[in-house]
Amino acid sequence: MLEIKKITKTFNPGTVNAKTVLKDFSLTVNDGDFITIIGANGAGKSTLFNAISGTFFTDSGSIFLDGKNITLESEYKRARVIGRLFQDPKMGTAPGMSIEENLTLAAGRGGWLSTISKADREFFRQTLSSLDMDLEKNMGKIVGLMSGGQRQALTLMMATMNPPKILLLDEHTAALDPETAAKVLSITDSVVKKNNLTCLMITHNMQSALDYGNRILMMDNGKVVFDASGEEKKKLRVSDLLVLFKQKSGRMLDNDRILLS
Amino acid sequence: MDFSSVFSLGQTALELGLISSLTVLALFLSYSMLNVCDLSTDGCFTFGAAVGAVVAISGHPYLSIAAAMGAGMLSGLVTAVLQTRMGINSLLSGIIVNTGLYSVNIAVMGNTSLLNMNRTETVFTKLKGALSQTAFSSQFKVIIAFLAVAAVVVFLTFFLRTRLGLAIRATGNNPAMVRSSSINPVMTTTVGLIISNSFTALSGCLMAQAQKSVNIDIGSGMLTVALASLLIGNAFYSKNRIVFRAVFAVVGAIIFRVVYTLALRFNMPAFMLKLVSSVIVIIAISAPYLKSQMPMIKRRLANRRGGHNA
Repeated sequence: MLEIKKITKTFNPGTVNAKTVLKDFSLTVNDGDFITIIGANGAGKSTLFNAISGTFFTDSGSIFLDGKNITLESEYKRARVIGRLFQDPKMGTAPGMSIEENLTLAAGRGGWLSTISKADREFFRQTLSSLDMDLEKNMGKIVGLMSGGQRQALTLMMATMNPPKILLLDEHTAALDPETAAKVLSITDSVVKKNNLTCLMITHNMQSALDYGNRILMMDNGKVVFDASGEEKKKLRVSDLLVLFKQKSGRMLDNDRILLS
Repeated sequence: MDFSSVFSLGQTALELGLISSLTVLALFLSYSMLNVCDLSTDGCFTFGAAVGAVVAISGHPYLSIAAAMGAGMLSGLVTAVLQTRMGINSLLSGIIVNTGLYSVNIAVMGNTSLLNMNRTETVFTKLKGALSQTAFSSQFKVIIAFLAVAAVVVFLTFFLRTRLGLAIRATGNNPAMVRSSSINPVMTTTVGLIISNSFTALSGCLMAQAQKSVNIDIGSGMLTVALASLLIGNAFYSKNRIVFRAVFAVVGAIIFRVVYTLALRFNMPAFMLKLVSSVIVIIAISAPYLKSQMPMIKRRLANRRGGHNA
């Protein structure tokens, strides 16, 4: 269970550019939840993810994961239990290294001086074959030569190889063409279900925000303005979301990527 | 020029090439793998030479090698701590350590800027003695240099395949990915610089002992010379395998020395070495960039010639 208690984050404090993105923000995520998050640009969605994964520390408040206080734990330590994918497929992999070398680092098995074993390769091959992208046939391939969709799918494998307690997906299909995006999204869904992962997914696609997950959050100005789960979420339609947003924020949804998708 | 003098020139080039290739391998680790341009290289080279010389002069020829490498590790640790823990820019950390080492080196050498090892027992004199009655009696320098280079190449080839080695390569590639693999890039950068500087110091130590003297300027310009060698070597391999890349770094160092030796034969003054290495580094790094800019430059030129409609 992830408990976020009254976190606040201000960028450029003490300057004219000071901007408080999150103010006394609280959220509880139950085990097994698959939450989709929507909201306009600047609503604080990515800032929330950065706070959870430790990219920066919050100014105040605390974050508990399974009862453990991780508020001041550094990013690389949290990465053991928090997996994350970004919009940019380049973020999650080392481009100059091969598929199996990337997977080895993600797997984190064995001692520092151990090398890739036959068993590791077999394990990687099995993991990759579930992607159905033929990546397992050439694991010596340099990742920088792969397509965005393949890289994002590989990143997903790397992030979930040791099932994390929380998986954060930050518009991870937004940079892909529609067909590839749909494929990566369906892979994501099956990986999440298979490992029974707790997952938060930011998306600009209202339809996928409704199609996936058991709970939906609408964020605006650093606050959750709408929160629905279970049966209530199932009944929602895209048009409902647009009306809801106007009601809650007093303006139209200004994220043109949302409107166009 | 008769055969024997050509042979001896070639041999000298090979010795110097092999010994300096240890510094090239150090840069292969820090510059090519870790993506850190370690500007402490010159100072660290001299540090290895000074520590190695002092220990050898005090009567410990074998210990001098270990001591020099230990000194290099210490220097690498300081450079790494400055850039990973103290918020100092990585180029600046190297320069700061380099400058500081100048004083340290003179202090190590006992308040002098020149130490003579004419009568000192070193690994070279040991091997020379052992080979005195054999056909290899004049090859003792090449043999030691070759053994050291082979050991470092084998080590690097193995090490860069281990999980720690992969993490070091990934740190130079995409530090964010390293963090998300729950590995601390501070740790990988530190380990990488410690190892690479131990090679640089070993290189300096062997260079000083081979030429039986060390002076405070022995390492000056070493970074550029080694970088030139590394980039020459890069031009020759096409495969991405680590072992090829390491071997060609060594080949690059030897080619550099051979060309330099030839240039000296054709009466190029010795002081030109550093200018030549600078020019090689400039060409090797800027050529790919300029090549990518060529179409744009051509269009601009055409535009200028033909007015705005071209």
